[in-house]
Amino acid sequence: MSTIEEIQTEIIDDFAMFDDWIQKYEYLIDLGKDLPQIEEQYKTEDNLIKGCQSRVWLYAEHTKGKIIYTADSDAIMTKGIVAILINVLSGQSPAEIANAKLDFINEIGLTEQLSPTRANGLVSMIKQMKIYALAYSK
Amino acid sequence: MLDIKKIRAEFPILNRKVNGMDLVYFDNGATTQKLQSVIDSEANYYIDENSNIHRGVHFLSRLATNKYEETRRAVQDFIGAKHKHEIIFTKGTTDCINLVANGYRTMLDKGDEIIISELEHHSNIVPWQMCCEISGATLKVIPLLDNGILDMNEFENLLSKNTKLVSVSHTSNTLGTINDIETIIAKAHNFSAKVMIDGAQAASHIALNMQKLNADFYCFSAHKMFGPTGVGVLYGKEEVLNILPPYQGGGEMIKEVSFEKTTYAGLPHKFEAGTPNIAGVIAFKQAIDFITDLGVSEIAKYENELLQYATAEVLKIEGVKIYGTAAHKSSIISFNIEGLHPYDIGVIVDKMGIAVRTGHHCTQPIMDRFNIPGTVRISLAVYNTKQEVDVCIKAIKKAKLMLS
Repeated sequence: MSTIEEIQTEIIDDFAMFDDWIQKYEYLIDLGKDLPQIEEQYKTEDNLIKGCQSRVWLYAEHTKGKIIYTADSDAIMTKGIVAILINVLSGQSPAEIANAKLDFINEIGLTEQLSPTRANGLVSMIKQMKIYALAYSK
Repeated sequence: MLDIKKIRAEFPILNRKVNGMDLVYFDNGATTQKLQSVIDSEANYYIDENSNIHRGVHFLSRLATNKYEETRRAVQDFIGAKHKHEIIFTKGTTDCINLVANGYRTMLDKGDEIIISELEHHSNIVPWQMCCEISGATLKVIPLLDNGILDMNEFENLLSKNTKLVSVSHTSNTLGTINDIETIIAKAHNFSAKVMIDGAQAASHIALNMQKLNADFYCFSAHKMFGPTGVGVLYGKEEVLNILPPYQGGGEMIKEVSFEKTTYAGLPHKFEAGTPNIAGVIAFKQAIDFITDLGVSEIAKYENELLQYATAEVLKIEGVKIYGTAAHKSSIISFNIEGLHPYDIGVIVDKMGIAVRTGHHCTQPIMDRFNIPGTVRISLAVYNTKQEVDVCIKAIKKAKLMLS
């Protein structure tokens, strides 16, 4: 299992290959389609992240000292963003997730998508992922 | 016939590029772009005229006061109000509704009723909920029909001797529906209820005459009519404003202050506590002059032509559904494409320089009514063109292709 740092570097390298926004967005859409899907039973009001224009459900399971995230959204671009976050953080230990510095956000040149505005709820997503990690690290 | 090229030249921002593409600004329902004359006036106020109003005896204070009051006179003419002191300057439409709703908190009791509608902006819902919570009055809601018009039969059923106030929008910011406010006003008055009209989406699109319309309150924002942000207008009939308690206390709104008893100033100052947005109010006159020179009916004619064209083009997109199909509509098109989320469409067309609004447009009850998470909204202004519509439609089709 790669570390959070290593995965972030891979993502930055992946995005560096694209020439224009269309390729980046298409990649994001593809990532969204491959998002580790949350089970229907967990798509509850409690697991809904507030503060996004689109709805995002996020669920975390703690097994063998690692946290596994699954999620879903009704918007595909949002799903792409969640998929990247899950790729970076899922399968790591609670302590590593809680302390993770997510530098890739500024590096991959998707500022419209990944800027912390109200519309995409990125801040709320990261916060919720870290809250799960903190809860399991006790 | 309006010269759109000449009109566009008066809005400097329309020349800019977004993401390397020509800006297509179709988010006029949120705010319109600003006239060069408005920008110049606002700057010139600080360069050459700055002083506080209604206070000083010195030259600059008199100058600023006169210019501020000139805008009040211009607004009076623009909306056909009987008296100049029936024009109250506020921060915006939301502020206007809060001003009135706050006053009604002490004027209403348990058993009294306020009627709003299902298509209101949150700004015309929440202040009345707060008013009801404190006063004990009950909020009633006129339901929406499938085509986005208000159920007027149900409105009549809701009216009773308990109805004290009806507050509805002139034009829906989400659906574009122009409500039949003339009928609403007349029917409400039959029950001696007062009527407030939220004209935020109407003021530069529909010709207004307060004396003919006979609404008790009417409000709108300068920033949705090519003017500055932070300036709103509350019109109220003199006799109604005289009864309404003041909203905020402070300077300007008093007659005499002592610790035993403070008396309030007359209209309009009773509702204008504190130093207002003087520069904005003065600059707003340029926007009113611009609209008056073009003629509101000419603007409406052109915008309707653009609306018809854009609607026909949007309907050509496969799987599209337009929300709000009233016969009497303002230049707003809310739509979704089957299987696609409005947010996804919005972020992709943004990359092509197109500014549309996505989301619930501060009208969550409408979204619930149609069981949708949001819509893509195109809202057109007089400086928009058919060519821009074509560019936008092409971008939406491209987004659809990428997302499918």
